[in-house]
Amino acid sequence: MRFTLGWLKDHLETTATLDQICESLTMLGLEVDGVTDPAAALAPFRVAYVIEAKQHPNADRLRVCRVQTVDGEIQVVCGAPNARTGMKGVFAPEGTYIPGTGITLKAAEIRGEASSGMLVSERELELSEDHDGIIDLTDLDPAVGTPFAQVAGMDDPVIEIGLTPNRGDCAGIRGIARDLAAAGLGRLKPEPYGGKVVGTFESPIQVHLEAGAACPMFVGRYIRGVKNRPSPAWLQRRLKAIGLRPISALVDITNYFTFDRARPLHVFDADKVHGDIHVRFGKPGETLEALDGRTYTADETMCMIADDKVGEAFGGIMGGEPSGCSEETVNVFVESAWFDPVRTAATGRKLGIHSDARYRFERGVDPQSLIPGAEAATRMIQELCGGEASEPVIAGEEPAWRRSYHFRPQRVKELTGVDVSRQEAEETLTKLGFEWNLVDDGIQVSPPSWRPDVHGEADLVEEVIRVHGYDAIPVVPLPRLTTLPQPALTEAQARRPRARRALASRGLMEAVTFSFLPKAQAAKFGGGADALTVGNPISEDLNQMRPSILPNLLDAARRNRDRGQRSAGLFEVGPQYRETSHTGQDLMATGLRWGQSGPRHWAEAQRSVDAFDAKADALAALEAAGAPVATAQVVAEAPSWYHPGQSGTIRLGKMVLAYFGALHPAILRDCDIDSAAVGFECFLDHIPLPRAKAGKARTLLKLETLLPVERDFAFLVDADVTADALARAVRQADKAMITGVAVFDVYTGKGVPEGQKSLALSVTYQPRDATLTDEQIEALGAKVVAAVQKATGGTLRG
Amino acid sequence: MAIAIDELRESLLAQVEAAASSAALEDVRVAALGRKGAITEQMKTLGQLPPDERRAAGQAFNALKDEVATALEARKAALDAAELETRLARERVDVTLPVRPQPEGRLHPLMQTWDELVAIFGEMGFVVADGPDIEDDWHNFTALNIPEEHPARQEMDTFYLSEQADGSRPVLRTHTSPVQIRTMVTQPPPIRIIVPGRTFRSDHDATHSPMFHQVEGLVIDESTHMGHLKGTLIEFCRAFFGIDDLPVRFRNSHFPFTEPSAEVDIGCSRKGGGLTIGAGDDWLEILGSGMVHPKVLEYCGIDSTRYQGWAFGMGIERIAMLKYGIPDLRTMYDSDLRWLRHYGFMPLDVPSLLGGLAR
Repeated sequence: MRFTLGWLKDHLETTATLDQICESLTMLGLEVDGVTDPAAALAPFRVAYVIEAKQHPNADRLRVCRVQTVDGEIQVVCGAPNARTGMKGVFAPEGTYIPGTGITLKAAEIRGEASSGMLVSERELELSEDHDGIIDLTDLDPAVGTPFAQVAGMDDPVIEIGLTPNRGDCAGIRGIARDLAAAGLGRLKPEPYGGKVVGTFESPIQVHLEAGAACPMFVGRYIRGVKNRPSPAWLQRRLKAIGLRPISALVDITNYFTFDRARPLHVFDADKVHGDIHVRFGKPGETLEALDGRTYTADETMCMIADDKVGEAFGGIMGGEPSGCSEETVNVFVESAWFDPVRTAATGRKLGIHSDARYRFERGVDPQSLIPGAEAATRMIQELCGGEASEPVIAGEEPAWRRSYHFRPQRVKELTGVDVSRQEAEETLTKLGFEWNLVDDGIQVSPPSWRPDVHGEADLVEEVIRVHGYDAIPVVPLPRLTTLPQPALTEAQARRPRARRALASRGLMEAVTFSFLPKAQAAKFGGGADALTVGNPISEDLNQMRPSILPNLLDAARRNRDRGQRSAGLFEVGPQYRETSHTGQDLMATGLRWGQSGPRHWAEAQRSVDAFDAKADALAALEAAGAPVATAQVVAEAPSWYHPGQSGTIRLGKMVLAYFGALHPAILRDCDIDSAAVGFECFLDHIPLPRAKAGKARTLLKLETLLPVERDFAFLVDADVTADALARAVRQADKAMITGVAVFDVYTGKGVPEGQKSLALSVTYQPRDATLTDEQIEALGAKVVAAVQKATGGTLRG
Repeated sequence: MAIAIDELRESLLAQVEAAASSAALEDVRVAALGRKGAITEQMKTLGQLPPDERRAAGQAFNALKDEVATALEARKAALDAAELETRLARERVDVTLPVRPQPEGRLHPLMQTWDELVAIFGEMGFVVADGPDIEDDWHNFTALNIPEEHPARQEMDTFYLSEQADGSRPVLRTHTSPVQIRTMVTQPPPIRIIVPGRTFRSDHDATHSPMFHQVEGLVIDESTHMGHLKGTLIEFCRAFFGIDDLPVRFRNSHFPFTEPSAEVDIGCSRKGGGLTIGAGDDWLEILGSGMVHPKVLEYCGIDSTRYQGWAFGMGIERIAMLKYGIPDLRTMYDSDLRWLRHYGFMPLDVPSLLGGLAR
């Protein structure tokens, strides 16, 4: 919403400065988005006097002018036909930027005559298309040096406010003035163009309301014998200042009241209306060429203004071209109506029309403004275009708006902490147009017709406090609930930061990626169900809720590789989506490494990342997040996006804690990644929570005094026997004595039969009461060999 | 006899001195003091001497033995020192070589900011609440007093999933406010929560992302009012930005779910084209807030004549960008390793008010 300071002062008698007004508007909830002073941009352009204009000696169409400027006499070569001795014009000195041409003026010599600065035309100032000659101010005779903006009345600052959707009343300058007056910045003046215009004949056009609540009231006025013409300069200036294009007096008047008091109007060329006006719903397939020159198709939900034959306008949105006013118009029919906000918004959205009328009707136009609006428009039309007015045509009734609420002034203190006296509250409400009367423990308040947004006591508190001033709200510390703060995160919530910090400490970089990805991509990672498809995606690349974070990380890896980051790792801790229910979202710690395991180094050989890097990451994240990884099992199965022979699942019983492994070559090919890449996905929500009653005490530590004994074994086992199975078998051999099993070598090749492999383990025996004898050690070894034989069929390698 | 001892001494000491290595010195020791060494051999002959000579000779040999032993000791120390010297010289490495690679990752500044928010509000007695990203109309709109026809509900602004088997259309939550509703529905007052999380809006340009993060705050009890809201948010802004005198301004605004409502600005300066947070000539909007609308309380089954409260919401990206001078929103989601290295945080930099929020 834009307006000028001068326009505001039509409604507000004030001595406040521009800054005070802007500050006050912002604090009242009418946030000032910007103030432009058109005078600032025009500052270099000042009135100058042409002492002499004589023919250029070397050019027929040019004149050499001696110009008296505020900075002294200057010679200017000028091509304008109207440049003449004794005229007053607008001069721009050297160095001035000319908006109409985009050129910054430099001193020059034109056909042998020195020329500095310029006498400008309206087009060069972007004021109009007029380029027939330079601006001629001789008749006005302003003093040399007067800023042109002042002469042209263009020194009125333009204020733009960002209007919140509840304040339809402030889509009119009068509403803004009322708020400012209530806040103590002046006095609200009587409404301009008030009073009634006496009609002298019955309108030949009558109005029939056939759309029910979509348009409950319509006020019309027939005015005959008007002379449409360009609006007077003051009106054109105001409209231009707020960004509107003056068209003709009749059209400009409707725009004027739209902004002046949030009262959209329409003027039909009465001679183009067939019979009466009918307010009805659109007919399927009905089309209308609107005033923006485009043709729109109506439907039966849209409220239309029609005549006996055809639709003439979209009610509350835009008029139609066929019945629009032109220079030839002599008889007009003025429309001042009320359209339902919800329907107007829906119609506007469907049609894709953003008009000043729609903006106001969808926020709610004052239901009491119809008759005064029609009267004011009639008065102004007569003033600018002449003509004779009919008696008003009043169809329907105001939509119901009267209501009242109980208001206890002490609620202001209770809700805001500010002690506002009852008297002040009453005064504020009165100034804002509310009516009230005393009741038992407060007052009963009726909002004015222009405030459809006020719906109860809390709203009334807001009215009082915003006018009183938010600066008065005290700064009160929030009382502590407990002396010391309690943990802000539950154990479950704490998994997220713990996993993140563990993964970052392992060298992975943290990413944050979108929750959506292309549907085809989702399908490759176990997702892609229609239920999780975004119905109105911003693009086809972002149309499916992600079933896994890996595809996003793969995409990021490709981008990074394209930037020369050939080896690195990324992780993200965030949601993935299984189903739409409120429990259908899993918190994941997902990571990806690609390329080499580390940089080239003088002491360490480089290698490609492999499944064990991903496994280590997964275990680290799980452990940090509180999973009992020592008792978890690792099995050689994983979802289809992993390499079937180089991936695994970490489980706790049947609960999957994580998947890890090398990614499937087909996936890497699709993702355009030509190096090794491994990943992991940890289900943080699957980690069991610590028992609530267990307390923080650790189990008692029993330190053995005797040295442990280590013995190495090498077993020949079938190739499909896992290291984990072998280690478990060893552990089972004597659970009390065997406290450690570590696989330290895997070998196939010479000396190992085809289809078998050799696994070497280091086994730790922990003596408890006495040092182990050789016989005891030998007996334990035999138990290990027997247990391995039984569980895996493995034999001791000779 | 005396002459023989003197000769032996001279010879042995010369040999000790001449030994060039520990091994050679050991040979000398054995040759002198070993079981078949020169001194030992000589001492074996003492028994043949008359008693008085024997004593004198015995003393002389013992003295010689001590002397040689001392010389051996000294020579050994010298040789050891020399050998150590040689070894140390041999073992010299170029310590300017780079250490073994142990790459350290970085935390995303957005998530670090998330942790900072939890640290600050946690200190003020807030606990973290969370809820699903995929919501229903009731939690995301209706219960927040956003009517059916409100523009925020239109497809223009809000992402909806495709129609489900039951005819419903789940919504990607447009704010973290539905978690307010979920909390109030399930938990009796007093309530003091913050809700950091993902949010979604149908907007994609230089300053809008279809997915972003918000943190929501909610306090409900019998008497908390806008003064507490002001106190809390001023304290937060100053702690978060680390500026003790940061100006904070509350001004009237409008949100469907709060009444009265306030937008909150912090002081800044835009002199010289840049943006500096702190006391200055200008204001920068950072969050919206207000007293919870009585209708919202009633929707959640909370008696609005007994309880009242306030709520606020702000964009985590926005405050992170302001605090850490990140110029472009879109870079947040690009996973550019160079960017992460530059703007990221060390894994052990855990934000806390006592230990320091950020360095």
